Amino acid sequence: MTTVTKKDPVFVVVQLSGGNDFMNTLVPYNNARYYDNRKFLNISADEVLPLDSTLGWHPEMGPFKELYDKGMVAVVQGIGYPDSNRSHFRGMDIWHTCTPFEVSTVGWLGSVIEQLDPNKENPLTGVNFGVGLPRAMSKAGVPVTSVSNLDEYGLMSGISAQTQRNKALQIFKDMYGQAIGSGPVMDYLSRTGKDVISGADLIKVAPEKYESTIEYSDSAIAKSLRDVARVHTADLGTRIFYTQQGGYDTHANQLPTQPGLFRDLSRAVNDFFADLEEHDSDDNVIMLIFSEFGRRIWDNGSGTDHGSGGGAYLVGKPISGGLYSEYPSLEPDKWAKGEDLEHTIDYRGIYGTVLEQWLGLEASPIVHGNYEQLHPFKIN
Amino acid sequence: MSINDLALKAHLLRRAGFGASPSELEEISNKSYEEIVENLLNPDGFDDIDEDYVRRYNPELRYPDSHPLHAGHWIWRMINTNKPLVEKMALFWHQVFATAWYKSEHTPSQITQIETFRKNGLTSIKNVLFDLCKDPAMNYWLDNCENHSDQPNENWGRELLELFSMGVGNYSEDDIKHASRAFTGWTFEQPLPLYPYGNYETSFVFDEKDHDNGEKTFLGRTGNFDGEDIVDIICEERATFLFISRHLYNFFVEDEPQIPAWSIEPPKNPEAINAMIEVLMNNGGEIKPLMRFVFNSGFFKESMYKKIKNPAELVAGTLKLSGTYGIVPQTGEQVEKLYSAASVMGQAIMNPPTVEGWHTGHEWIDGGTLNERVNFAVNQFNDFSVPGLADILDRLGDLVPANQLLDKCLSIVGPIELGDDAYKALKSYADAVGDIDLSTEESRSENVELVARMIQLIVSTREYQFA
Repeated sequence: MTTVTKKDPVFVVVQLSGGNDFMNTLVPYNNARYYDNRKFLNISADEVLPLDSTLGWHPEMGPFKELYDKGMVAVVQGIGYPDSNRSHFRGMDIWHTCTPFEVSTVGWLGSVIEQLDPNKENPLTGVNFGVGLPRAMSKAGVPVTSVSNLDEYGLMSGISAQTQRNKALQIFKDMYGQAIGSGPVMDYLSRTGKDVISGADLIKVAPEKYESTIEYSDSAIAKSLRDVARVHTADLGTRIFYTQQGGYDTHANQLPTQPGLFRDLSRAVNDFFADLEEHDSDDNVIMLIFSEFGRRIWDNGSGTDHGSGGGAYLVGKPISGGLYSEYPSLEPDKWAKGEDLEHTIDYRGIYGTVLEQWLGLEASPIVHGNYEQLHPFKIN
Repeated sequence: MSINDLALKAHLLRRAGFGASPSELEEISNKSYEEIVENLLNPDGFDDIDEDYVRRYNPELRYPDSHPLHAGHWIWRMINTNKPLVEKMALFWHQVFATAWYKSEHTPSQITQIETFRKNGLTSIKNVLFDLCKDPAMNYWLDNCENHSDQPNENWGRELLELFSMGVGNYSEDDIKHASRAFTGWTFEQPLPLYPYGNYETSFVFDEKDHDNGEKTFLGRTGNFDGEDIVDIICEERATFLFISRHLYNFFVEDEPQIPAWSIEPPKNPEAINAMIEVLMNNGGEIKPLMRFVFNSGFFKESMYKKIKNPAELVAGTLKLSGTYGIVPQTGEQVEKLYSAASVMGQAIMNPPTVEGWHTGHEWIDGGTLNERVNFAVNQFNDFSVPGLADILDRLGDLVPANQLLDKCLSIVGPIELGDDAYKALKSYADAVGDIDLSTEESRSENVELVARMIQLIVSTREYQFA
């Protein structure tokens, strides 16, 4: 496997939780079927930010469109998988584990981190920002750091006298023991405790080193992406970053909800890449933005119910921007289950694209099979 | 009385409540285990919590506006209640019927929902589900207010079956569609606008004009069903008893695999689950007899430390030990801090991440949340003047020989059992400290730090993460 970057490639995942409505993200604004089915919840042709003569961005996606216009965004149209599961629970699990037909606890990025750092030398190889580790990042025996507040990360930080704190930390290490034979959960706690100690020691330099002229906006996703930028620019060897933005489950009140989410997201992503550019550290970073499913073709008068056939985005300087795959057909005879957009490319092919063409890893053992890949990278 | 007997009672109170302070444990030590179970199940004879002081110190509690404040108030109740199982059942149903504030931003209906769980938590499954169907917070959360006769919205119908009663694999997509139609017109009264006077209550409304009176076919039965009929039918299904039993087992007895795996992975203890289903069937789906059966069962008594504490349990249990956030709050003890504490450990009370609720068991723990759990517990003993430490010093006696410090502390804190690694590490700390003199005021204030450090280390252990 070869990758297109000479530095160690870095991969950032942004998960839009709840199932983002792709049709109202990239709007088929010249398609009568769209307006037929979205009687209430449509974005008119004069509101969209046109991408071409058929598709236009949601009006709040301006800063994201800016990146697209710079050629930094590959739009993966119609991403999904066969017989889409409409449960959030299962839907997200399927994306996280690449196993649509069985329940697995092995996260696909957990396997990636394991391969990137087989000797577990750096607990910061994979870093999640947010509360709670996503299943995508978890795999038994693979250390991952999960940070809710970068500025106060570290054990026993409340013991103010440094010598006392160091003593307590030493006893803590001993108490968390050898991680052998006391049962899987105890072993898991052991490893986690030790990883926290070593990860915290390493990561604390990031906020100290960071300086930037970029002023991120005041939103949760902006805060998370700023944390990603702070750790990435500190050169701590992190290869996989993960964070999420919630609130996309718009069964109702989609009209007032979605614009706010898009405003926060598109601003934050734009600021993030500007920040990396300022630090001259954007040539080895790509970002995947995805959601667990799209929404039903027709609206329900206020929002949209769970569907399939969504969209994903690969963003970054190494990306060769443009539209990839095909926009799902709006013709009724092409609908999945008679009411959903049919996916046109399998998400496991996109994972495969990133794994093989960006991270330089063999895809099939991680995504369990061979799926059609795209070629969204600039050729050096 | 043997230590094992006391350990078992402490186990019961960690599971059926939020743990016990050393003095609470002492109070019940002469009651039989069975008697304690009956007291938990029949709380009517116990005093309601004295809220005078907490309301004086947190005056904003009179307004149903800030959800962190009210969620924190709930955790304060978990610490101080005389009816711990009432609060624990409410937390259980909140976990199963996960409803979040972030969508409605309407605190009064969230407060009402939890109050409903306090009242009905030990009644029957059918009763609990009926109340849930008419609960405005749930109604809005899963969009049943947008479920109209001419335009059904399936969200509530789907989750009622998938997450709240039967579990996947026990119904079809058509059943979801028909169940959703049966709930058309079940909505709530539009509350007064937020501005300028703040949040107002709302209540359930049945809008007959918006109800689909057509024939529905649900789980093989056909008729002009409405929502109550759907719940009746759900409660005839063994799948519902199985699903609720697994939830109860997972919450009160032993960590199970996460819910998405339930349709594939069998229960860890199928005999226990079958016995629980049997008790439910023989008692018309009543929960109180089931909980009596569970708490008195062998499998429950053998389940000590087989569950990771959820953040609310960790926060409330630790504060019982430090003796802070009591009936009379001290300076700086604003209840919303309790919400923040559990929240950064991954459990934002009244604000779960999605309708699926929180992932439990070892999924409570990752690098970030372990960091928060340990730091929270440690920080409760940074102030050497907390009442819990004074109480611990009293119990240790005038002179604590180095070789007894650890065992004494472990029995006061739990009783808690440590594995070899932690025991050895703490033993070496105790040896380094040497004998501790607590016989005079002066020596107490000089040496309290040594004891506090021991307690801080004990609450940092892996073992302390288990309920």
